[in-house]
Amino acid sequence: MAAFVLDSLEPLIAELRSRGFAVVGPVARGGVIRMEEISSAADLPRGARDEQTPGRYRLSTHDGDLMFDYAASPDSAKRFTQPPRQTLIRMRRGDIEEVEDEAPRLALLGIRPCDLAALAVQDRVFLGGRHPDPAYRRRREALFLVTVNCAVPGGTCFCVSMGTGPKATKGFDLALTELADPHRFVVEAGSEKGVDVLGALSQAAACDDDLAAAEEVSRIAAEHMGRQVDTEGIQQWLPQAHDSPRWSDVASRCLSCTNCTMVCPTCFCTTMEDSTSLSDGTAERVERWDSCFTLDFSELNGSPVRGSGEGRYRQWLTHKFATWYDQFGMSGCVGCGRCITWCPVGIDVTEELANLR
Amino acid sequence: MGTRKGTAVTRSVRKRTEGVPRLAVWKFASCDGCQLTLLDCEDELLSVAAEVEIAYFLEASSAPGPGPYDLSLVEGSITTPEDLERIQHVRRVSKHLVTIGACATAGGIQALRDFGDVREFAAVVYARPGYIATLDRSTPISANVPVDFELRGCPIDKRQLLEVISAFLAGRRPVVPAHSVCVECKARGNACVMVAHGTPCLGPVTQAGCGALCPAFDRGCYGCFGPMESPNARALNKQLRALGMSTPELVRVYRTFNATAEPFRQASESAENSREADDDA
Amino acid sequence: MTPAPYRIRSRRPDRADTVTLTLEPVDGACPSFVPGQFTMLYAPGVGEIPISISGWFRPGGYVQTIRAVGAVSRALCHKRRGDVIGLRGPYGTGWDLSAAAGLDVVVAAGGLGLAPLRPVVRELTAHPSLYGRASVIVGARTPATVIYPQDLARWHDGHGIDVQVTVDHPDQAWTGPVGLVTHLLDRIVFEPRRTFAFVCGPDAMIKATAVELVRRGVDPRRTAVLLERNMKCGIGRCGHCQLGPLFVCLDGPVVTYDVAAPLLAVREL
Repeated sequence: MAAFVLDSLEPLIAELRSRGFAVVGPVARGGVIRMEEISSAADLPRGARDEQTPGRYRLSTHDGDLMFDYAASPDSAKRFTQPPRQTLIRMRRGDIEEVEDEAPRLALLGIRPCDLAALAVQDRVFLGGRHPDPAYRRRREALFLVTVNCAVPGGTCFCVSMGTGPKATKGFDLALTELADPHRFVVEAGSEKGVDVLGALSQAAACDDDLAAAEEVSRIAAEHMGRQVDTEGIQQWLPQAHDSPRWSDVASRCLSCTNCTMVCPTCFCTTMEDSTSLSDGTAERVERWDSCFTLDFSELNGSPVRGSGEGRYRQWLTHKFATWYDQFGMSGCVGCGRCITWCPVGIDVTEELANLR
Repeated sequence: MGTRKGTAVTRSVRKRTEGVPRLAVWKFASCDGCQLTLLDCEDELLSVAAEVEIAYFLEASSAPGPGPYDLSLVEGSITTPEDLERIQHVRRVSKHLVTIGACATAGGIQALRDFGDVREFAAVVYARPGYIATLDRSTPISANVPVDFELRGCPIDKRQLLEVISAFLAGRRPVVPAHSVCVECKARGNACVMVAHGTPCLGPVTQAGCGALCPAFDRGCYGCFGPMESPNARALNKQLRALGMSTPELVRVYRTFNATAEPFRQASESAENSREADDDA
Repeated sequence: MTPAPYRIRSRRPDRADTVTLTLEPVDGACPSFVPGQFTMLYAPGVGEIPISISGWFRPGGYVQTIRAVGAVSRALCHKRRGDVIGLRGPYGTGWDLSAAAGLDVVVAAGGLGLAPLRPVVRELTAHPSLYGRASVIVGARTPATVIYPQDLARWHDGHGIDVQVTVDHPDQAWTGPVGLVTHLLDRIVFEPRRTFAFVCGPDAMIKATAVELVRRGVDPRRTAVLLERNMKCGIGRCGHCQLGPLFVCLDGPVVTYDVAAPLLAVREL
């Protein structure tokens, strides 16, 4: 596919906005890279770098023009494709009304290759089965995806092990690789929508040096993974490790706080909350993010099926890395490392898997 | 005596009474803050008032109606011999009894007396401690009479209070999850303050309900809503120590509004005995 | 995920805490079902729970039996004739009756587990020539918690099915057997190697019954069990009903015991 060079992202952002997209990109706020609506390239976190280790995230600012010199932020695309809360129905007397929220047209600028892989997982979960989710489809189809290939993997990244990065190969409308000296972006279109947007910008064809530099960025990134997982045979051996003493060991450290599942870009579990209005008796059903670490999650006839911490941790890890294959034909993990960084006590799935093996 | 959670509360209040359900609000040892949450409801209070007869609520009316009551909201802990008798009366005249706030559900900040000698305190504070009739301990309502539902918080959350009242009127289980604050924190879009800033936070061991108010303003959770359903304070304490908390700080952070809620009591006592620090060394 | 409005056409209290409802769509046709499938029943403002389908009535509607154990089931049990509730489905796998053709049939139920088995027995009574000897064994906590007593009597007296009921806690009027449902396997006649079994009840009852059937020589692949797990959506999306690799709502609730056995053997799976 033809590659081009952009000296600035300003025209791209302007073009996307003119097409009716709200552009959501990385900004530095409160010491963390967050995905928020931006109006200009000036909003991007120039010079920001992150340091990610189990249970620790720190952001610092450096000289230079680079705007994407960090790894995955706590925000994946999940928040946009599967909102934390959504009202499903309202019922008044005998009438049941389906609530259809309008899907916002969003351009996600700077989402990472692991997050594209996570979107592919979500697509399989929400659209690939016997009961496709129309609300997810609406939100998904309203997205324009501008991925940025990773240059500096975080200390908790293991996308190479999971085969999802650090360079995006599919699932994007546009893919950028950021280059320094001079600061520029090599850009490729991955869809007709991407070709169309790119065609509206004035760009130059990428020269061999640009392409070689971009390849070098991805090559070096691939060599600097913070973590790794040996996935060989994992679908078979992990479920069989159900009696390992390691489960009670990790449970002694695990808070059952749900942070890993909340930040995971593929964890899709939800629960329903029902309510009635005091004033007019309208009944409402809300779907919200849930987690297999709560006791209510497996409640059956008054008590949880998975009452112990080891039972709940085992469910999460085994589902993510093994039974997900049985259910969806793919791994539930994309190697983004968020569950490791954002675990308040720094439990490291790669370490747990290595010990369980 | 325990708490009759969930199932016992699900029978409709309305269906079991003639006409409008009658609501009563009672106060024991407390600061009134939780009862005032009901007055804070303002707009929604009108809806509540349309659905129930607020028959006994001294904060709002000087003309209390006689019992029995369909739903009693009880604030405060039991700290005096007179309280002990009065709560039995409240239970007798109430079809459903819901305790509201950390005092009523866990003994409150006044339960700090449990860690010392109340007679010694009285001797220090009062010129004539002989006039003071007080119990050795501050106990939650559920330690004294059966309770149909406990609503946590110091103070309680307005949304949750309305939810509990609505649920009782509709005959359903209140949507008051017992999971950690972290669930609400992440749904709200906060980044973890422990991970991002190294700020000690009790959110992972604390029950949700506040909407992750403090972490939304970059502060650690203070544990106002008491222990969550499966707290692992020992694991959290190790991390809190790694973030620089000293033993006295750890003890203090658990001994606030829910000091004698059992998991928090154990957390502060094991921190105090430094068993954890030794074990982990 | 939007329930369709269904009207309660009739309501029959079965036992103190159990009610059988017949439900018909407020508008449109009622989708057909396979015995063993369930629907998600919605009590407005209270919640939604999976309930097995126990029968069909013409021109189109479901018979469903509910025991009041939680807020939602209690709310559904308190509904009256003419009330409108929400319904989604039917969902999940059903009993494979064709696999039982020509074989002896053992229907084993624990408590409310008889509800999803009722249409199986009705099929046996409707087409007795298609099957071998048919037996129904039922275990319940007390005589008062045995559901469908009239059906049990009719199946026994009118259709020649061997119906045996046992209880854990007899009352003074009880003259039948006392103890586990597995003990009833001694009282019925079936040729294990030519038998198909349908089993439904709590996990422990399913395990005990299936183990005993297999021990006597019934093929685990001819032992169908109906599993129960927490369900919020019924369509494989909420994640709650997972049992190892299975979504019980999609891959179950009916599975054969060769599939269920290794999963039920793992604690807290």
